[in-house]
Amino acid sequence: MARTLETGNHSAGYALAVAGEANRFGRGAICGAYPITPQTEIVEFLCDFQFTKGRVIPVESEHSAMAVCIGGSLAGARAFTASSANGLAYMNENVFAAGYYRLPIVMVGVNRTLGPPWNIWTDQGDTLSLRDAAWIQFYTESHQELVDTILVAFRVAEDRRVLLPALVAEDGFVVSHTQMIVDLPEQELVDRYLSPLDLPHRLGTKGLTLGGMTFPHETEKHRREIQEAMERVPQVLVEAIDEFEKVFGRRPHGLLSAEYTEDAEMVLVACNTMVRTLRRVVQRRRKQGQKVGLIKVKVFRPFPRAEMVRAIGSAKRVGVLDRNHSPGSGGIFWGEIAASLRQRPDVLLQDYLVGLGGGDVTPELIDEIFDDLAARQVAEEPIWKEVPA
Amino acid sequence: MTTAAVPQHLQRAEGILRPGNTNCAGCGMSIGLQWLEQALEGERPTLCIPACCGIVTAGSFPTSAYGVPTVATTFASVAAVASGVATVYALNHEPKLTVCWAGDGGTYDIGIATISAAAERNEDILYVCYDNEIYGNTGGQRSSATPLGVKTSTTSTGKAEPKKDIMAIMAAHRVPYAATLSLAHRDDFVRKVRTARKMKGFRFLLMLSPCPTGWKSEPEESIDLILTAVRCGLFPLYEVFEGRRYRINVRPDGTPLENYISRQKRYRADLVDLELLKAGINAQWAYLEAMARTFPAEEPE
Repeated sequence: MARTLETGNHSAGYALAVAGEANRFGRGAICGAYPITPQTEIVEFLCDFQFTKGRVIPVESEHSAMAVCIGGSLAGARAFTASSANGLAYMNENVFAAGYYRLPIVMVGVNRTLGPPWNIWTDQGDTLSLRDAAWIQFYTESHQELVDTILVAFRVAEDRRVLLPALVAEDGFVVSHTQMIVDLPEQELVDRYLSPLDLPHRLGTKGLTLGGMTFPHETEKHRREIQEAMERVPQVLVEAIDEFEKVFGRRPHGLLSAEYTEDAEMVLVACNTMVRTLRRVVQRRRKQGQKVGLIKVKVFRPFPRAEMVRAIGSAKRVGVLDRNHSPGSGGIFWGEIAASLRQRPDVLLQDYLVGLGGGDVTPELIDEIFDDLAARQVAEEPIWKEVPA
Repeated sequence: MTTAAVPQHLQRAEGILRPGNTNCAGCGMSIGLQWLEQALEGERPTLCIPACCGIVTAGSFPTSAYGVPTVATTFASVAAVASGVATVYALNHEPKLTVCWAGDGGTYDIGIATISAAAERNEDILYVCYDNEIYGNTGGQRSSATPLGVKTSTTSTGKAEPKKDIMAIMAAHRVPYAATLSLAHRDDFVRKVRTARKMKGFRFLLMLSPCPTGWKSEPEESIDLILTAVRCGLFPLYEVFEGRRYRINVRPDGTPLENYISRQKRYRADLVDLELLKAGINAQWAYLEAMARTFPAEEPE
């Protein structure tokens, strides 16, 4: 395939397909497929893909799409799917089940606003609502990062030290329905990168009941094991990225990326495609001699708290661009960053709710935010930066 | 527990249901699982069980009353999880049997869309619904399998609607095989499981499963209640092939319906309209007889 002009969704579909195909030397590939805007082209791509040893099952709901992945994964196959917004909400119960069963399923979440009222544009509130579901969560800013992260996600999820499902998010329409030049890696390379899945607790012949009843002390142990697996993700991710670079010749982002932060006095934090706009604004302001920087959050679960504090460094003003809203609280990234900064009372941390419901997060809007942050004496409650009607 | 400590009549090879499970006395599901095991003649299926008494049967981790690989699925998901399991077995050329073992709540109600979809796709699954006509695991609420007039914890004045005809729904999906199972007709039960086993695709078996706790009946009368349900015509024993060809296995013998309902306190004389129930039974038999006469099954019994 190599370099080609492709949409975000077809890029994601391709990455899922070749990852599944790479398990033809193992127990094959399985996908439960159900359409929802703006994710549909991913499952369409998967339904068209000719798997050597795999099957895409077009089911009747997202809830069953994940259930098929659960059954297939338990039987040892590499399992994957994709969804968005209300599809993810409808799937919710089985998203949690996949995490609690410790199944390395990979799902692409194409960010879309949860309704009603109905709105098909991007907003990270849908995937963030799954933050407690024992899934690793990646957020991506471009077609290439999306493809690379999907492959990395399988590798991390399937690692014996982790064994947790992984969600890879892309912005609806901004990425899903636009075309970019993207390198879609050859099957042979993906085969080298992803060895056949060997699930230690797959259905065998023994009389064991998976997911049966437990008492509090066993449940607590189960949850702690998940927490410990999450804590091993950073190390496993570094190894997965190192190996990715060896096989594919490029290096995807890690947990988070700090850009222009070394001497920065003011830093904005963002995820997904907002990072691309933010980067341009930071570069322009840097040329004007302003000490500003940005932090791109790539991994939201496990949340890289220590890395966040390190990345903020000596900056005294930190603003968060939250394209999501937790009613009664504020931005979800902000809450996580506030928890990370609990020993840094010297940092002024301000939350900005931006681009909700898919409103454009423009350079002008980011400029306003930088100006607000620079002039601010104290942090306030999250500030709504609404787009002009 | 050593083998020597197990009474002779309980000794058996590692099968589907081990001794020492948590089921109530007189639970039809316990017998159904043992007969399933006998019908499969040593074959070890994979069980997929949604939220229901059937998963409580397993007991708590790390013990399991199931002697075969078992997955506890979410309530509405059993047929979809089983679709995934059966698919991967097929991809790997493993001739394993995937069995869904689910109650009426997970079949008639919350799981109906999932089951309908798996049936429509003709997934290679043997689906057994043990139907105790109640949400037994949560203490006895009405389901759409609860018969007309029955008192449950959510129908204190008796259920106003008749029981949903799940067999007709499955037949309408044109699944290869749908049949009813009686816990009082062992040969018929075993034959039907074996018939289903020989087939591929979505096979549906409906077993009326006495629940002394929910039915407010005596545990030792469970099997006799099923025998009476078949004889009075309330629970017809029949098979449907490809959703179109019908065969009736046992016809009513004139046993009065009263012999069935008078032994269960869920049927209260002041809440049950006997004539309405009988009319429903007669209508059902008229339909079945017409179908069996017009579209008889050609398959050997």
